[in-house]
Amino acid sequence: MHTTTADTHHAGAHEAHHDEGGFLKKYVFSSDHKVIGIQYGLTALVFLFFGFCLIMAMRWQIAYPNTPIPLVGGLLNGLFGDLATKGIMSPDLYNMFGAMHGTIMVFLAIVPLAFGAFGNLIVPLQIGAPDMAFPRINMVSYQCYAAGGVVMLVSFLIPGGAAQAGWTSYSPLASTIPGDGQTFWLVGMVLLITSSLLGAVNFIATIIQLRAPGMTWMRMPFFVWAQFVTGFLLLLAFPPLEAAGLMQLADKVLHTSFFLPTGLAVGGNLANISGGGSPLLWQHLFWFLGHPEVYVLILPAMGIVSEIVANNTRKPLWGYKSLVYSSLGIGFISFIVWAHHMYLTGMGTKISTFFQTTTMIISIPSVIILTCLFISLWGGSIRFNTPMLFALAFLPMFGIGGLTGLPLGFNYSDIHLHDTYYVIAHFHYVVAPGTIFGLLAGVYYWYPKVTGRFMSETLGKIHFWLSLICMNLIFMPMFLQGMAGMLRRMSDGGAMYSVAKVGAIGGLSAAIIKLNEFVSHAAWMLALAQLPFIINFFWSISNGRKVTSDNPWDATTLEWQTPTPPPHGNFTKTPEVVRGPYDYSLPGAPKDFVPQNQTT
Amino acid sequence: MEIPYVVHPRRDTGLYNAKVGIWLFLASEVMLFGALFSSYILLRVGAEAGEWPTHLLNVPIGTVNTLVLISSSVTVVLGWAALKVGNFAKYRACQTITVLCACAFVGIKSYEYNDKFHHYQVITKDGKVFDGHLVSRDKEAVVLHGHQIDASKGKALGVREASRHGDHGKEIEIKADDIKKIDNYGPAHNTYMSIYFTLTGLHGLHVVAGALVIAYILWPGAGMYKTDPERYINRVEVSGLFWHFVDLVWIFLFPVLYLL
Repeated sequence: MHTTTADTHHAGAHEAHHDEGGFLKKYVFSSDHKVIGIQYGLTALVFLFFGFCLIMAMRWQIAYPNTPIPLVGGLLNGLFGDLATKGIMSPDLYNMFGAMHGTIMVFLAIVPLAFGAFGNLIVPLQIGAPDMAFPRINMVSYQCYAAGGVVMLVSFLIPGGAAQAGWTSYSPLASTIPGDGQTFWLVGMVLLITSSLLGAVNFIATIIQLRAPGMTWMRMPFFVWAQFVTGFLLLLAFPPLEAAGLMQLADKVLHTSFFLPTGLAVGGNLANISGGGSPLLWQHLFWFLGHPEVYVLILPAMGIVSEIVANNTRKPLWGYKSLVYSSLGIGFISFIVWAHHMYLTGMGTKISTFFQTTTMIISIPSVIILTCLFISLWGGSIRFNTPMLFALAFLPMFGIGGLTGLPLGFNYSDIHLHDTYYVIAHFHYVVAPGTIFGLLAGVYYWYPKVTGRFMSETLGKIHFWLSLICMNLIFMPMFLQGMAGMLRRMSDGGAMYSVAKVGAIGGLSAAIIKLNEFVSHAAWMLALAQLPFIINFFWSISNGRKVTSDNPWDATTLEWQTPTPPPHGNFTKTPEVVRGPYDYSLPGAPKDFVPQNQTT
Repeated sequence: MEIPYVVHPRRDTGLYNAKVGIWLFLASEVMLFGALFSSYILLRVGAEAGEWPTHLLNVPIGTVNTLVLISSSVTVVLGWAALKVGNFAKYRACQTITVLCACAFVGIKSYEYNDKFHHYQVITKDGKVFDGHLVSRDKEAVVLHGHQIDASKGKALGVREASRHGDHGKEIEIKADDIKKIDNYGPAHNTYMSIYFTLTGLHGLHVVAGALVIAYILWPGAGMYKTDPERYINRVEVSGLFWHFVDLVWIFLFPVLYLL
């Protein structure tokens, strides 16, 4: 990079010009990666809360079937009319909320928060870049995401309501439910896919092209590697879902039969379609995205946790190269494991065996990553601040989520566990106390860089301990329910299949059904446990303890070697990287950390 | 700090930013069309014997369109090469031909689409199958210019196949009361037509989008050649890469849909 006087002068003029822009230009139509990151973050947090509200309403119906929902029952009745008569959640409304809970949590909350928010805010800073490679495309990416979110929200209010066929939208069910909810879902998804496609191109190009001088591949912080692999997953796995979405849209709007088989009957009558389509085709295309998507959810969280673990153990990450190669391995293998979601579709034992094998293979790099992070703790003098607590909790929680996935990856044990609460418990352990804890750790860790103030440690610790306890109270009993044979997606919490209804053989025992109430109460407690976080988040913007330096955590990576908050263009002068990302407790160094751009 | 490598390539990668961007974008496009081609294979393999139509499309017209698109790819390269050595007039001439080729392609494709929407299949209540172009349709009767096809060999046999065997068809009048089912060869006719319209429709959108970008760079955006010529030439190159991809997709589409 060449920085001549003229260039510097020009850059200065550009910054001044940027600051002069009005409110809209500065905060709404900004092309600065930090502003876009914050936009992504706030929007995604709102969606995270909204998705949680949906499940809280559903948990009432599961625990106390067909009784009016307290507090919000009247509101639901007002909004949805017949779907919530007298505030009782109808099965249709339950299906709608269930489908949208999954969709919103995955595509509108976690991915935008992990990739859009943290990736945008942190990646350019960590590689010493002035911005993303394509700032305007970055802005359009956020706008597509926001538009997709609006379409999804509006779909609740159209006649017939939102999509009801689960976040997986299996055809023919999804194509034959009356109403336009599914059409809105598909249009919303096309917008969200466009958004993440633009984001992925931008992130990968930025990491390839805009690394500061001396920032070689093996000097990149692991978080950047995680985002790099995530970018490739989004780039290559999402287009097949876009193709599938277009085909399902054609089935819905043009009455084609891509996913509708010959002889399909709807409501007892032969459907007026040409037939000849394949329901399995949708599942293949959906899970071709769906499985890499799992790693889109988890890799950024692993990246955040790695940064925080290195910083708070005050020593280098153990096995940095193993982490990098494992994440690349996960990236590649994640493209050939998708059909382990489809063991029960009758696609044949030979295909099942192949996907069972690849599924077992992909657990190896995941375990390597987890092991590296655990060994990194060994012998460190750990600082137990709030970000570190969340990062530490991520490790066993993700561990439980990952290990309980193995019985689902074997096709014979999956026959029993498929589509039960066991599956729900498994992937929620990965995503809720796993990924979301990782993301919360990131919020607490990078908050001082964005605002110049710390979040309250006291409130943070209350938030952490209550969340950790509630998360386990919610999801641990679900393993039991699932192993007892309780299926997911039942709007009465399994009451139809209780011993009282179907007899002792094959019925769900009263104790198993009683757990529903326990889990629901734990879920509502988890909501209360988020109050300290919400208060902390807003209160600390103007009242938090001020940072005394630009590097309050004594960290080595480049995002802490800029002013707080970083100006437009990020660095006052181009950083020259001379060392790896985690030079903590370097023998002979004056302090216990040496930033990447310092020689001693 | 300003964003580096907007115009000049980075030393270790040898690429400027936009070129990395377009290659990544094209990789995702490969996955998009790859998924649709895979769907084509799965639907075709899964179709019942005799139900998958072949030779339904007009091969000479398809060949002309293939040549039109290949020519446009040549002019894109010639245009870029001319601009690289500073010959703006030749560049403009070549790219104008490119845009005209794109228009011609879309025009010919529209003609083919239109033809399919006027091509009907009628199944009568006594099980006869008629196939042909719609002449007239009112409350009492439907008149087709075509022929009756042998339903025992499957419903998929189209007009082209019949005319290859020397049957040029005649006017057939079918009473409305006798008709069990009537539909045109639109996307809903069968899964072949569905995937045909989806693949060529999506490809058509790419042709239109590519032509719009090339035309924008060529006329309204040409001022940049005066102020920032290197960046302008990069734009021409990047839009050209996209155009080659669009061309390449058609090179796969043509045999898959017209010939196989």
